[in-house]
Amino acid sequence: MDFLIEAILSVVRPIGITEPVLQFMLVNAILGISMYLLLRTGMFSLANAGFMAIGAYVSVLLTKELDFALGAALVVAVIVCALIALPIGLPVLRLRDIYLAIATIGFGEVVRIFFLNVDNMILSYLNTFQDAGLRRYELVGGGRGVRNVERLTETWHLIVFLIVIIFLLTRLQRSRFGRAMVAVRQDERVAANMGINVVYVKNMVFVLSAMLAGAAGVFNGHLTRIVTPEMFGFDRAVDILAYAVLGGTSVWAGPIVGGFVLTALPEVLRRFNEYRGVFNGLVLLLVIVYLPGGLINPQGWRKLWASARRRLTGQPAQPEAGGG
Amino acid sequence: MDGILLQQIVNVISLGSIYALFALGYSLVFSVLGVLNLAHSALFMWGAFIGLLVTDRLEMPLWVGLIAAMIVTGLLSVLLELIAFRPLRKRGAARIAQLISSIGAAILLVNIAQLLFIRVYNRVEAAYPRGLVPRQPIIIEELGLRITPARLIVVIAALVVMILLQYLVTRTSLGQQMRAVAFNQRTASLLGINVNYIFLMTFFLAGALGGLAGVLYALITNVVDPFIGQNIALIGLTAIVLGGMGSINGAVLGGFIVAGIQIISIDTVGSSYRDALVFLLLFAILLIRPQGILGQPESTRA
Amino acid sequence: MLVLENVSRHFGGLQALSGVNLRVEPQRVVGLIGPNGAGKTTLINNISGLDHPSSGHILFDGQPIHRRAPHRIARAGVARTYQNIRLFGEATTFENVLIGQHGQGRASMLEAIAFWPSFRREERTLRERARELLAQFDLMDVADVPAANLPYGAQRRLEMARALATNPRLVLLDEPTAGMNPSETRALGEQILRLPQMGLAVLVIEHDMSLIHQVCDEVYVLNFGQIIAHGTPAEVRDDPVVIEAYLGKE
Ligand SMILES: Nc1ncnc2c1ncn2[C@@H]1O[C@H](COP(=O)(O)OP(=O)(O)OP(=O)(O)O)[C@@H](O)[C@H]1O
Ligand SMILES: [Mg+2]
Repeated sequence: MDFLIEAILSVVRPIGITEPVLQFMLVNAILGISMYLLLRTGMFSLANAGFMAIGAYVSVLLTKELDFALGAALVVAVIVCALIALPIGLPVLRLRDIYLAIATIGFGEVVRIFFLNVDNMILSYLNTFQDAGLRRYELVGGGRGVRNVERLTETWHLIVFLIVIIFLLTRLQRSRFGRAMVAVRQDERVAANMGINVVYVKNMVFVLSAMLAGAAGVFNGHLTRIVTPEMFGFDRAVDILAYAVLGGTSVWAGPIVGGFVLTALPEVLRRFNEYRGVFNGLVLLLVIVYLPGGLINPQGWRKLWASARRRLTGQPAQPEAGGG
Repeated sequence: MDGILLQQIVNVISLGSIYALFALGYSLVFSVLGVLNLAHSALFMWGAFIGLLVTDRLEMPLWVGLIAAMIVTGLLSVLLELIAFRPLRKRGAARIAQLISSIGAAILLVNIAQLLFIRVYNRVEAAYPRGLVPRQPIIIEELGLRITPARLIVVIAALVVMILLQYLVTRTSLGQQMRAVAFNQRTASLLGINVNYIFLMTFFLAGALGGLAGVLYALITNVVDPFIGQNIALIGLTAIVLGGMGSINGAVLGGFIVAGIQIISIDTVGSSYRDALVFLLLFAILLIRPQGILGQPESTRA
Repeated sequence: MLVLENVSRHFGGLQALSGVNLRVEPQRVVGLIGPNGAGKTTLINNISGLDHPSSGHILFDGQPIHRRAPHRIARAGVARTYQNIRLFGEATTFENVLIGQHGQGRASMLEAIAFWPSFRREERTLRERARELLAQFDLMDVADVPAANLPYGAQRRLEMARALATNPRLVLLDEPTAGMNPSETRALGEQILRLPQMGLAVLVIEHDMSLIHQVCDEVYVLNFGQIIAHGTPAEVRDDPVVIEAYLGKE
């Protein structure tokens, strides 16, 4: 494994991708997949930054305060995410597109504000009900966050995790459940008339996605060595969305490529680091407008190519096959 | 005691006016086009920024700044329609796609502002010039009330603009056409209304409202940075959800309610939970009554 | 097998269905006709669970279903098509049928992920059956074409195939021949006639009276949400009340 990683790095290092960059690329690929699951089921949820935060905080506390091994912390954190996602999903997933987006943005903010203030909440609880008489109490460190986290995540963890996820994902997609996801996205009501339990499918996907985002949070927390609430705000939610949108949601490779590209590009184009945000916005805008299926979407490219050629050669538009 | 209450009411009214103006922009676009423009908060920030450039760099009076900000953000908003919304609408893309493109546009606008900020000010934060509005509060002894001139300007400007908007929507032919398009695009275009033109005008108005709200907000808080839109984005969303998506009066009502909750919660539970309370409210409303206070329930046609 | 007792549905002030009584017996083809806006689609929506009656009962095999979720009604054996075609446009013809078979799969998610033999066996039989359905509706050649790109007639046929894929005992057809030419309509009529032989009951909404005569054992006539006539196609055609409903009073 080490040899393999070294081989990869020796190829990409010259263009500016060092091991830490590679690690974040892998983490973001996981986040991309978590968003991909949601979009594939037609759920526009921006809650995953929140679940990432939960995963990061829970695991970091476990490894730092209770000396958990990374693997054990990962399992616990992911389960916690699932347990939180379930009661959130049941009511919230009844909402659709815009309303779901707003509600999940709200969820993300509540999570962020919770971690910002949880120390004070515990403090006032201790002082009011237990007469602890404390002046301050520090668990997650409020705005300054949890510091001095051990850097436990290794590149091979991420590679193995990603491969396992891809394996499970491809299997899932070829199953009845995978087909149901696609059906729910395209027409919920018809899907229900076909015997698909839409509520179940949506909640299941929401929970799976939350678990993946949580896992990414675990790895990320043990890479950055510090976990603050500000790392998981609306910007992060949008980044996660961008990975899936850039890569596309027609095949599983899409969000992975999306995560890779958007993480690596600023490093590769280091000279343009200043324009990184402009670039991100532009990518999101251009891809959704001109390449709706994302980068990894053969059909979309073909269409784009056809229309470009039409414009260049001035030929009239070809009639589309079929009607309806 | 009465004085404190009155003081709070004044604060709620001035903050609420800003929220209401901002939410009106969201709501206008939503009611006419049925889409949510998530870049609206970026226009808010641009409004504050243009106001800053005009009054601080160009040393113009405040009213010039207000008008310049409204025109620029109005035009930016039109640009958004042309770049981020119209192509998707033409393609018949899902509503989600329009949300995403507007998020992309928002990121773009915020980052361009950030670059400009650094070019102009060498940092990402700046304040409105000191002498722009008098600092001396107006004190009404009998009531124990202190009102800063800035807040007074905010309330007056917001009131005037809201009345003008109300007039425009209900009494002018443009407003009539906007309502026709909002009610049914196809019928409207059959009636000979230039739907695309109405969309552009709607975006212009919405952008101008957002920009105005931005300047007024900066006038009260004094500080401008490229990220002031982030917080208000969610507050505005809460306001329109609360009032009922697409309802003009609902947006205003929602704006004032959110301001009220924020200001009351600072006194009762402390400022750190101020926003959490707003978002919990947002959550609750979405789950219990997604159509909001003044909205109609969505029909359930098969 | 399907019994509607006094079913009413109003949207605000609009009475879309009022006091509808209707029965469909096993292996019968029952027609439902009526002018535009009579409430025919609303009726099918209520049976299939997309909408729920304001009052009244709907029984399927003696069980009340008017409060059930649509997927449970589907799994109980009620399938439907849609007046304005609603295929999964991005999925292929074949995948559309596979999605229709959803309720028949038994393998759990874990079995699927583990590629368990039971899952593979099940998948094989489902695919086999899906191909049979495609052949039956003459869709084999376009099995791998996205449904949105199919010609109109093929889309209508795929709607039927997908409904049958759910393995129903009752099929609700909402204007299955709308927009088809006479020869396509006749061919589809043949297909509908085969359904009772396969043990299915059919409730079909149609405007084309020749199709009604071709396939229906009995017909209900709906007007302004009320059943105004019921009988054989010939009886209904000559009923003055029905003629008046269609042509309006002089
Ligand atoms: N979800 C809804 N909300 C409000 N009104 C509705 C709804 N669904 C149907 N209606 C109204 O109920 C009446 C019956 O409609 P329905 O679609 O059932 O008629 P139909 O008999 O199928 O007509 P057509 O022959 O045109 O298909 C119409 O006036 C329609 O506008
Ligand atoms: Mg109908």
